[in-house]
Amino acid sequence: MTAAITNIKTIAKRELGAYFTSPLAYVFIVIFLLLCGFFTFSSSLGRFFEMGQASLVRPFFLWHPWFYLFLVPAVGMRLWAEERRVGTIELLLTMPVTAWQAIVGKFLASWLFLGVALLLTFPVVLTVNYLGAPDNGAIFTAYVGSWLMAGAYLAIACFTSAMTRNQVISFIVSVMVCLVLILCGFEPVIGLIEGVLSRGLVEFIAAFSFITNFDGFQRGVLDSRNVLYFLSVIGFSLFGTSVILRGHRAG
Amino acid sequence: MIKVENLAKSFGAKRAVDDVSFSVERGEVLGFLGPNGAGKSTTMRMITGFLPPNAGRITVGGHDVVEEPIAAKRLIGYLPENAPAYTDMTVYGFLKFAAELRGLTGDAGKQAVRRVVEMCFLENVLHQSVETLSKGYRHRTCFAQSIIHDPPVLILDEPTDGLDPNQKHEVRQLIRRMGEKKAIIFSTHILEEVDAVCSRAIIIDRGRVVANGTPAELRQKSELAGAVTVRVRGLDGRAVAQKLQPLANVARCVVLDDNGQVASVRAFPKATPVNGELARAIGEALAGVKLEELRAEEGRLDEVFRSITRPDTDKAK
Repeated sequence: MTAAITNIKTIAKRELGAYFTSPLAYVFIVIFLLLCGFFTFSSSLGRFFEMGQASLVRPFFLWHPWFYLFLVPAVGMRLWAEERRVGTIELLLTMPVTAWQAIVGKFLASWLFLGVALLLTFPVVLTVNYLGAPDNGAIFTAYVGSWLMAGAYLAIACFTSAMTRNQVISFIVSVMVCLVLILCGFEPVIGLIEGVLSRGLVEFIAAFSFITNFDGFQRGVLDSRNVLYFLSVIGFSLFGTSVILRGHRAG
Repeated sequence: MIKVENLAKSFGAKRAVDDVSFSVERGEVLGFLGPNGAGKSTTMRMITGFLPPNAGRITVGGHDVVEEPIAAKRLIGYLPENAPAYTDMTVYGFLKFAAELRGLTGDAGKQAVRRVVEMCFLENVLHQSVETLSKGYRHRTCFAQSIIHDPPVLILDEPTDGLDPNQKHEVRQLIRRMGEKKAIIFSTHILEEVDAVCSRAIIIDRGRVVANGTPAELRQKSELAGAVTVRVRGLDGRAVAQKLQPLANVARCVVLDDNGQVASVRAFPKATPVNGELARAIGEALAGVKLEELRAEEGRLDEVFRSITRPDTDKAK
């Protein structure tokens, strides 16, 4: 058991190091922070100042599912595709580690990296605290939800990354999958299918959406069902990753 | 140390490895020969636990590779084909990473890295990123990774590929030295390496073992083995051949070269001659002739290789 944790830690440490030795990490963080700032404070999008409320729900967190749609697959696309392209996967999987330890280690490193990027948005929290008296508990819950949601995106990117040795294909496929998971809870789309399908069915479909499940967190509500949803997306996708990796090798 | 029994692997309809069996003991260096696509790398990937076999059994140090992969992998050091390495890391970082995954942390890890850096002459590039290394250095970095835990079993897929002649020599020396205490399998298509390094060689073709023996035994399979070549002045080739043909152990004679003054003729034996009896008989048969050279041939590995493996064009069918 301790050996497993040591292996996961070693792999995660290497992976995290790989992010920060390439420009990718810095580019990602800068773009993410710029987008967050722009969308939150823009007078046509987030309308943070115009709303006159000490809240981050609408102006800040509302956009996260959409930022993640493009940014997280960009972080996750190289996870396995690169290993397969360069051939290091053969080194990694002939070390005395299990495929699971490698998958979890790599996933955790990227998730941690996303967490760091998310934490760097702290000036937004400072701003809203300076201007008013927000519910900091709710903000904290929303951050937790946002990180969980990022993990779900990432696990899907990890899954598509294992499918191909081409990072671009991996990126496009995971954006498509995530887009479907966003849209099935996106209000305009729900409005559209409500006319065709029964109410129960629409709710059933919407229950699979990132947006629907992130909604509660945004309002500061920590619902175990939503937590369970994101964790199961992560678990399922990582399991899928292991199946695909085994499939490649089985020939 | 390594035992492979009836190993088979298919990719779709293609049988990459078909009923391969062999074993390697400690102190042996096994050369793995075969044309490209013969199944060398696939076999090695199965031994190292990277690819699961479709049939057959592999044990390393008594551990079944499929059932106890971790225990088996612990005993193996592996240099994959093309020597892959994480390009974003420094040589030191990469070796440290390998050491940690091998359970060598802290001081033990540092010591292990120091040892292999010295063995593989990597001091100069220790803090350079792998991406910027020349092919030879990158190869040695990956090789260093494979011996970092001083494993009893070494699997090396084309360890001298892409190295310059000096580096090739160094790597061969290293393999031979380590072969005294380890069980080593290495693949190559450079036949001289077999003589230089191996205690035994296996030739595989289209997934099957077609020859298995010491380099000397393999050479015996050569048509050339045991043949005697003579160079004679003042006699034409046909005349020489006529003198040799009636000898008891001569199957046939071939005139290699005849320029009117000097003729070279090769006599192939019916049965492998012992103690130079064919050479002696030929010497006696040519008594009184101006003999310039009389040579008993050894048999050549490349000829054996060519005669028992078929070219790619054949395979396409």
